[in-house]
Amino acid sequence: MTKGGLLPKGFERPTVLASPSDSGVQEKYEEVKSSSKTIVLRISKFNPEKDQRTTFLEFTVPYQRWTTVLDAILEVKSNHDHSIGVRYSCRQATCGSCGMIINGKPKLACFTKISELDSDVVTVEPMNNFPVIRDLAVGFERMISTHKRIKPYIIREDSEISSGTKEFLQTPEDVEKYIQFSSCIKCGLCNSACPTMAADSTFIGPQGLAQAYRYIADNRDQGKDERLKIIDERHGIWGCHFAGSCSQVCPKGVDPAMGIQMLRGYLLGYRK
Amino acid sequence: MSSIMRESHIMKIHYLTALVAVGFVIIHIMIRFTHGSFANSLEFESVIANYKSIPYAVVLEAMLILISVHGFNGLRIILLELKQGNAYERAVTYGCLAAMIALIAYGSRTIIMATMGMVEA
Repeated sequence: MTKGGLLPKGFERPTVLASPSDSGVQEKYEEVKSSSKTIVLRISKFNPEKDQRTTFLEFTVPYQRWTTVLDAILEVKSNHDHSIGVRYSCRQATCGSCGMIINGKPKLACFTKISELDSDVVTVEPMNNFPVIRDLAVGFERMISTHKRIKPYIIREDSEISSGTKEFLQTPEDVEKYIQFSSCIKCGLCNSACPTMAADSTFIGPQGLAQAYRYIADNRDQGKDERLKIIDERHGIWGCHFAGSCSQVCPKGVDPAMGIQMLRGYLLGYRK
Repeated sequence: MSSIMRESHIMKIHYLTALVAVGFVIIHIMIRFTHGSFANSLEFESVIANYKSIPYAVVLEAMLILISVHGFNGLRIILLELKQGNAYERAVTYGCLAAMIALIAYGSRTIIMATMGMVEA
C-alpha cells in the first residue's frame, strides 16, 4: 500500500525560505528544494485488539540531510495517516520514548537521521521483546518493574539532609566508576536487542542489571548485598550470555554488557 | 538446584568443573599417546586394562564426575531459558540433578567393577 506524494504540504518550509524579494533567500530556497530526496517509509501497523497479523504501510517521504526518522513518521502522521501509533516526546534523545526497530536495528527515531541510514527504504517496527500497544508504541511495564526491583536509588541509613550530615563528597575517580551508567534514559533499546530477553520471559534484562551496577559501584550506596541478592538468580545476572548487543545499540554510550561482567565479579568473588 | 544453593555458588562449580575437566582431559589424552598403541586404545582388552591402573581409574572417575556435573547443569541452564514457570523449573532442576547422580552412579559402578577385576577381558 503506497501513499503520499513527492513533496507533501508542509515539507517546503515556506515560512523560512519563501521570500522571493530577496534573491539570496530565493536561491537558498531553490537549492534546498532541489536537494530534497525521497525515501519509502514502511511503517508497521498492528493493533493487538483488532489485527491478526502485522501489515506495513508504505509512504514516499521527502527528506533533507537533517531529517530524522521521527520527523518522517510525524510528517506521515500529520499529512497522510493520523492513525499511526507512535510514542515520542523530547526529540533530542533525552526522554527515551521513541525507541523502535529501524531497518532491523533498535534505535531512537529522533536520534537517527534518514541520510545516515544509506537506504532508499526505511522500515520502522516496534521494539522486540516488548508487547505492542499499537503500531510503533510498546508497553514498558516489564522493564519498569525490573528497574524498580533492583532498587534504583542510593540506600543508606543517613542522608544529605539529616541533621549533622553534610554533602556526600566523591572524588572524580569515585564518579568515574558509575557515571556512564547514570546516562541511561530507559529507552529499552538494550532490552530490545538482548537475545536472552527474547527467550526468557523472566530475565531482568540489561537495563535493570546495568542500573544495579550503577548503584552498587556508587560509593555513597550501602545496598550492595541487598541488590546482589536480587540479581543472583538464574533469571538475573546469570541469564546473560554476553552477546553484547545491548552495548552496541545504546544511544547514550552506556555499556550494560560491561556492567553485567563487573557484577559477576562481585558474585564470583574477584571484585570487592 | 537454585532452591538448594545460590545461583552464584552453582555457577562457581560450573566454571570450576569446566576448567578442571580440561586439565584431566589433557592428562587422559597424553596417557593415550604415551602408553601403548593409540590405534588399539579402543579395543575391549585395552579399555579393560586401563582400569587396572588405579591412578588412571581415578582420572577417569574424576572426569566422569566433572563432566556430568558441568554437562547436566548446562542442560538445566538451557532448559530454564527455553521455558519458565515454577513447576517446570522445579521439574527441570530436580530432573537434571537426578540424571546427574544416576549417570555418576552408573559410570562409577563400571569403573569400580573393571578396576576390581569383576569384568574379565
